[in-house]
Amino acid sequence: MDISPVFFYLFAGLALGCSLLVVLKKNPVASAFNLVMVFFAFAGIYAMLDAHLIAALQVLVYAGAIMVLFLFVIMLLNADVPSFDLQRSHPGARVVAGLLCAVLLLAFVWAFKNSPSPVEPGQFSASRIEAAGGNTRVVSELLFSEYILPFELTSVLLLGAIVGAVAIAKRKQKVGAGGGVK
Amino acid sequence: MLESMSLFHLLTFLKFAVILVIILSVAPVMAWVERRGSALMQNRLGPNRIGPLGLFQSICDAIKFLFKEDPIPGHVSKFYYALAPVVSLVPAFMTFAVVPFASTIEVDGRVLGFQLADLNVGLLYVFSVASLGVYGIIMGGWSSNNKFALLGGLRSSSQMISYELSLGLSVIGIIMAFSSVHLGEIVQGQAEVFRQIGPFVLPEWLQVPKWGILVQPLGFIIFITAAFAETNRLPFDLPEGESEIVAGYHLEYGAMKFSMFMMAEYINMFVASSLIATLYFGGYHGLHWVLNLVPLEGMSREWMRIALELGAFFLKVAFFMWFFVWVRWTLPRFRYDQVMELGWKVMLPISLANIFLTAFAVYYGWI
Repeated sequence: MDISPVFFYLFAGLALGCSLLVVLKKNPVASAFNLVMVFFAFAGIYAMLDAHLIAALQVLVYAGAIMVLFLFVIMLLNADVPSFDLQRSHPGARVVAGLLCAVLLLAFVWAFKNSPSPVEPGQFSASRIEAAGGNTRVVSELLFSEYILPFELTSVLLLGAIVGAVAIAKRKQKVGAGGGVK
Repeated sequence: MLESMSLFHLLTFLKFAVILVIILSVAPVMAWVERRGSALMQNRLGPNRIGPLGLFQSICDAIKFLFKEDPIPGHVSKFYYALAPVVSLVPAFMTFAVVPFASTIEVDGRVLGFQLADLNVGLLYVFSVASLGVYGIIMGGWSSNNKFALLGGLRSSSQMISYELSLGLSVIGIIMAFSSVHLGEIVQGQAEVFRQIGPFVLPEWLQVPKWGILVQPLGFIIFITAAFAETNRLPFDLPEGESEIVAGYHLEYGAMKFSMFMMAEYINMFVASSLIATLYFGGYHGLHWVLNLVPLEGMSREWMRIALELGAFFLKVAFFMWFFVWVRWTLPRFRYDQVMELGWKVMLPISLANIFLTAFAVYYGWI
């Protein structure tokens, strides 16, 4: 696996820059567009790591579905007015936030410096996956054989979440409309 | 090694250039087909002054779009306003990279594929890129700072979300039937003989190719309906519905920026048509019988085969492009609540049922 450093720094820089813009932009829609770019940059890095399936799913699920939904909600609620004022934040709060950020950065640096880098590729090296018929086949076969129980449990969990969301939405509507809902 | 690598790169660039030219020429040709086609259906003449049958009208339009004044309204968010047409155009171009339009040919011991990128995740790549097309529309609608444009963008995002589900689920049937997400393998699978409909075995003399539409008739209907919604074509052109929200998301756009939105729509149609042909109509298969009629041997026979495959593929694509135009000038637009109802209450349950039925058929070995 040889990652071209040029492209790595390109995608990593894009991810970092756009992540910053997500936080710094005052308009929520602009933040959302930048978040899409972050997902894109991640997908680029995944693709360079030969994880084409993850890259495709990253774009398909996060950029293609979830963020469109986010944008829909933001635009529907018309959240154009910033809910907080940057100018009026307490100077003490800024110092605390800066300190916390520095601590987090140090923790990351420490973790990366001290973790041993894997020299031996694991069970699923790129060449083995290629021999077994590619990413998609290997992942789907594992998902529906060895990991079938967690997979099914996750789908039950998601179904529960959907039913719960619908139930909550319906109940509120009933109260608001004064029994006008069928 | 270096020499073969550079040859590989050269070939890739060549393929890229050819595909780019094909895709770029789709928009003007389709603009002409649409105008003449609509005229045909409404008993009019349509553009017929410039060139034979008005064929050069599109060139004049292109020149007009290029040289027209391109005003930027004062109330728009300039950066996103300028970015939106590009964002809607780029995914449309990218999707075509994995579609195979002919099988491979061996030239001097080197295998030559007629496909830009032979990706393992094929179909997933198509869906992940196609799902990004909506951002151009949302971005255009939002950055225009116009209530009609914003409504268009909103409609587009809700419509895309609703129909993408059915689109993705309908294709799962195809993936199950041919047990691959690789587009080349799906096309290869459709070259086999269709043996049985459910438990009923077809007679031996009936040699029908196992095309996707025979294996997945229900999936095909869902796919083509969702494809209309995804490409924002009538009867699902709610994002621009002229009679309700003037021109929707591209209301504030003019000149070349507007024409880029138009191009994106036609290119999306082209991609959708080529996907329908690839997944449900045997891709590049269908004209191989001509080979037996011509006395050709060796390499020329191979090239003849490739030419026939290209012909078959583009004929199918052309038919479905025409189908898009045909439907547009035949059906009226849905109402917004009808679109949502159809997407969530009809298409989604049917596509889930289709997966269930397919699983049943695969389990009993019918497919």
